[in-house]
Amino acid sequence: MPVVLVMISLDFLAQPAGFDLGETGGWLFDASQPLWQAMLIGLSNTLRVSMPALLLALLLGTVVGMGRLSTEPVPRRLAGLYVNSLRNVPLLVQLLLWYFLLIECLPAPNEALHLLPGVWLSKGGLAFPWWAPEAGGWSLPAQEAFNVQGGAAVTPEYLAVAVSLSTYSAAFVAEVVRAAVASVPVAMVEAAQTLGATQAQVRWRVVLPQAWRAAMPPLSNQVLNLIKNSSLAVAVGYPDLVSVGNTALNQSGKVLECMGLMMMTYLMLSGLASLVMNLLGRHSRTVASQ
Amino acid sequence: MSTPHRALVARIRWSWLWCLPAAWMAWQVLDWAVWQAVFRPDLAACKALQHQGACWGVVQVKGMAWLFGRYPVDERWRPALAMGLWLGSVMWQCLPVFGLRSRRGPAPELAPLLAWPLGLWLMSGQGPGLQLVDTAQWGGLPLTLLLTALSLIAGAPLALSLAWARHKGAAWLSWPVTTLIEVIRGAPLVMWLFGAAFVLPGLLPAEWHWGPLARVLLVTTLFSSVYAAEILRGSLATVLRDQAEAAAVLGATWWQSQTRVILPQVWRQSLPPLTSHAIGVLKDTALVTIVSLQDLTGAMGISLNGDADWRPFFLEAYLVIAGVYAAMCLCVAAIGHRLEHNATH
Repeated sequence: MPVVLVMISLDFLAQPAGFDLGETGGWLFDASQPLWQAMLIGLSNTLRVSMPALLLALLLGTVVGMGRLSTEPVPRRLAGLYVNSLRNVPLLVQLLLWYFLLIECLPAPNEALHLLPGVWLSKGGLAFPWWAPEAGGWSLPAQEAFNVQGGAAVTPEYLAVAVSLSTYSAAFVAEVVRAAVASVPVAMVEAAQTLGATQAQVRWRVVLPQAWRAAMPPLSNQVLNLIKNSSLAVAVGYPDLVSVGNTALNQSGKVLECMGLMMMTYLMLSGLASLVMNLLGRHSRTVASQ
Repeated sequence: MSTPHRALVARIRWSWLWCLPAAWMAWQVLDWAVWQAVFRPDLAACKALQHQGACWGVVQVKGMAWLFGRYPVDERWRPALAMGLWLGSVMWQCLPVFGLRSRRGPAPELAPLLAWPLGLWLMSGQGPGLQLVDTAQWGGLPLTLLLTALSLIAGAPLALSLAWARHKGAAWLSWPVTTLIEVIRGAPLVMWLFGAAFVLPGLLPAEWHWGPLARVLLVTTLFSSVYAAEILRGSLATVLRDQAEAAAVLGATWWQSQTRVILPQVWRQSLPPLTSHAIGVLKDTALVTIVSLQDLTGAMGISLNGDADWRPFFLEAYLVIAGVYAAMCLCVAAIGHRLEHNATH
């Protein structure tokens, strides 16, 4: 029986990548640059899309979760409709739907929608003001003959991934928020009211610290899910970590090395995210015990 | 005016304020989806709409292609029948769950045991009488159902073993299992699917001739089972040690104490998260589109991408597909809730 020896070596990372990236997020990259730089740009693309999406998901999820707890019937029903319809449809279908809407239903870049002062939306993507130190201040995008110039811009692929990730995750965050607030015993609130606490005091000093503590473990799960779900970006051609890693794998034939690298990167990201969430949870424990 | 009365009036006013935007949104949606919409498969009428209304005719034109993917047109009765068998057996199995059939029927557990292999045989055509259809041509809703059910069912014993090994196993067993679980859970499913598509062919012995579907099934089963294992482990940890000790004192064997004392409690504890897990697995099957299997999502994408006439009506198509997924997920959720109800009452 032939003995197969697998030699693991990372030398191939220093060789030219041999492929271009659709989107680099501001880094300069062409096919002649080494493979490790392509992988790093993939990682940066993953973070560049998942961090804003995470922030949006937490904000939107909190609003929807509070809506589900509302005593007003209309917002409660609307929030329930939001959660149930987004949670039960695959993220991939939502991502493709958003992407189709963005590239088919928006106007061409030469007649972009002017959403807010300095914010333009078109088939070419979203342009928004950006801090430009070399120009000595904010750079505002403006409509020109063929497209929108100036400021910073994100592609429709980025937008589709960011929007679908944040709206989808927000449905799960909303459920976490709802469960966390509901987990605070009513007796606690009543006790605080008996002691003469105002509505705001009850909300901020009694409910929030305990709900926060209850929300942390499931919330950190959702954060990890969001980061991992950003790999669906490959379906719309956004070059995230998995997409670049897979191209590298097919180009170089270094199967185990590429898979291993991707796996290690995700494990590190997951570790980092749990560390941050644990720190946040620990902080809340000390606040609550004071 | 008395105070409660005033509060009531204020409350009604606030509710009215909320109703306005909600009603406006509902009006917009209805206007697009119903009043302005074209329900006939009439391309000219659909194009004349200029997207001011929905074109539901696309479902009539393309629906069969979404349902069956690339399966040979003349043989579509086979996946249809297989799907009927599978769904029928699941429904038959669920009747007692909803209190609609006595548990003491004629060997009810036989229904899925017969239906699944029979359906698989119908789809593949292995053996006499039917034309062989390669798994690469399977697609549409049967593929989605197959991927979901097999990942969950084949993953169940594996999940239980992994959970048990991590919870109770000796160090030489629990360490490798823990590493395996954490590594698989740590990376996204998309990466593992790429692994199934591009890496596994090099690792599996060439003489096994595993098609893409078998490789993807292997990966989705593993992926689903490690998540289920973590759920089961969490429940195993909540069953107190006294329970097993009490069973042992009463003279139960290890097997009896596991199957009669520990597992029923674990099952009851894990039902809610297992229901969410099953829904997650169902939704995750859409990802096989990325490695070129034509499940419901993939078949729909292909049928419209290749047709310039109907391509503009992707939005309607996505909404219909989303509705199908949502309906399936709600069914799973209903079964889960009912099982939960039965287990606790």
